[in-house]
Amino acid sequence: MMNRDIFIRAFTLVFIGVLAIGPMLFESYYKELVMHMMVLGIFAMSLDLLIGFTGLVSFGHAAFFGVAGYLLAIVTPEAEPISIFISLPFCLGGAALAALVIGWFSVRTSGIYFIMITLAFAQMLFYYFNENQDLGGSDGIFIFNKPLFGWGETKLLDLDNPDVLYYLIFASLIGTYLLLRTILNAPFGKVIKGIKANEHRTQALGFNTQRYKLVAFVLAGTLAGFAGYLEAITTGIVSPGHLHWHHSGEVMMLVILGGMGTLFGPVLGAFALELLRDNFQDMTQHWHLYQGIFIILIVLLLPNGIASLANLFGKKQEVPVEEAATEKEEQKS
Amino acid sequence: MDFTTFLIQALNGIQYGFLLFLVASGLTLIFGIMGIINLAHGAFYMLGAYITYWLIGYTGNLAIAIALGLVIMVVVGYAIERLAISFLYSRDHLHQVLLTYGLILILNELQKIFWGTDFYSVPVPDMLKGGIQMTDNQSYPYYRLFISLVCMIVAAGLYLLISKTKLGMMIRAGASNREMTQALGINVNGIFAIVFSLGAALAAFSGMVGSPVSSVFPGMGDEILIISFVVVVIGGIGSVKGAFVGAMIIGLADTFGTVLLPEFASVVVYAVMAMILLWRPQGLFGKA
Repeated sequence: MMNRDIFIRAFTLVFIGVLAIGPMLFESYYKELVMHMMVLGIFAMSLDLLIGFTGLVSFGHAAFFGVAGYLLAIVTPEAEPISIFISLPFCLGGAALAALVIGWFSVRTSGIYFIMITLAFAQMLFYYFNENQDLGGSDGIFIFNKPLFGWGETKLLDLDNPDVLYYLIFASLIGTYLLLRTILNAPFGKVIKGIKANEHRTQALGFNTQRYKLVAFVLAGTLAGFAGYLEAITTGIVSPGHLHWHHSGEVMMLVILGGMGTLFGPVLGAFALELLRDNFQDMTQHWHLYQGIFIILIVLLLPNGIASLANLFGKKQEVPVEEAATEKEEQKS
Repeated sequence: MDFTTFLIQALNGIQYGFLLFLVASGLTLIFGIMGIINLAHGAFYMLGAYITYWLIGYTGNLAIAIALGLVIMVVVGYAIERLAISFLYSRDHLHQVLLTYGLILILNELQKIFWGTDFYSVPVPDMLKGGIQMTDNQSYPYYRLFISLVCMIVAAGLYLLISKTKLGMMIRAGASNREMTQALGINVNGIFAIVFSLGAALAAFSGMVGSPVSSVFPGMGDEILIISFVVVVIGGIGSVKGAFVGAMIIGLADTFGTVLLPEFASVVVYAVMAMILLWRPQGLFGKA
């Protein structure tokens, strides 16, 4: 019984430890890959807040990722950098606003309608950016200057230095994890978990579940925008592909394959899948073929995700009666 | 916009609406009856178009290519239902989304392996070349009228199949109460396999008859899938009548949107969707 907990704790420590000394371990290619994985990890955790914790299967999450990136491209002047203290709130605000509008329509529905509506809205934004020639159309748009971490003449951190950027993203990953963990342990987190377990009952307890769902949607959209912002800084380019529904599908895959309803699982999924992709892409042109087969096999054979492999080290600890009851409900629905 | 232009655009919109209806009706049937959300539905449309292009190279005749292609697609649909989809009936939507997303990746990649990434065109049959002269310099192609006509026949056939035949009765029974129908001794699993193959064939047929107009290209399945989702959501999930009305609304909105608001053409259909959902969140013909 305890083996499982010890295994998870040890694994997490080693994982974070390796990431913390990453720049010393990896060559520049792998450093970039790991940076990309960490950004995807943030993105996947933000979606897990909706899918795994609130029970909202959003299929348009890439929209917010892309919107924040495009806003950074729009707000960055060609000749000089813009302070991160201006651009970050601006981009996150934009992503939050988009999430508020789309969420306002979407949370009125549920189940399959919710899946389809979030997908359709995200596609609407995709087409908007794809056809807007001022923003580079389908080629995307370059961001010539990384944001200035400081203001005016003062530069606190040099983001052009890859190691500094690495640690900024690393800190963002840990920060997002801690933020989400705090939120989930707060009363708000209990309510959204209640919505997932049984919305009607949560409603009967006097909670305005629509409002809670909308807040969760906006929060998740903002964090997805944060990931998109970091991705845009790292790669220096934003393209409509960031908003494409394949991107939404991919991040959903990370969440489910990693193990939804845990914060660690999606991060694990992001790392595992990117490693696989990196290895396979060298060997074959037809990576998508193997990716598709891999997904189908996981869905059929390992429905609870990669994180459930931890159960090989013993069963999950006994939970108190009430929680066990909610868990049973979850399994039923 | 003078009357002739209006008429031509309206006919185009209706023709596009009919093609959309064939794809969307399969999608909505598969969801309404089997409870499966099938993202790979657009891939069937794409496969239909590619198979037509491929077979026309051998037979030289569109009708024969379509007939042979339909047989292939029914077999493909049946095989996919048995090998993958049938394991998902008791799982939640999330797993269905993921598995059928995996199917899309596989089918899209197979398309690239077999046919590459080039654009192909399928010739309009000789019999249907030319068009109706409407004014001195505007004409309406016969082939587009032919598409509308054929789709109308298929739609009528679908209606008769579902409302008048014994199979249709079993399908409707399975949709409204799965356990009860099974208890009456009807092989629901067999019906599911038939519905899935039928849906696959309908989507493929849409891609087949549409191929001379739309040309054949990678990613065509993704495009039609998302639009079909919009159609199904507008019409109300599970309702074939809703799919028809939704397809016509979207076909016309898309066509006139392109003419009247070219900068925002692709945004128009989603704006229409948002407005309809504000009014009726469960779609026009959906059950609340």
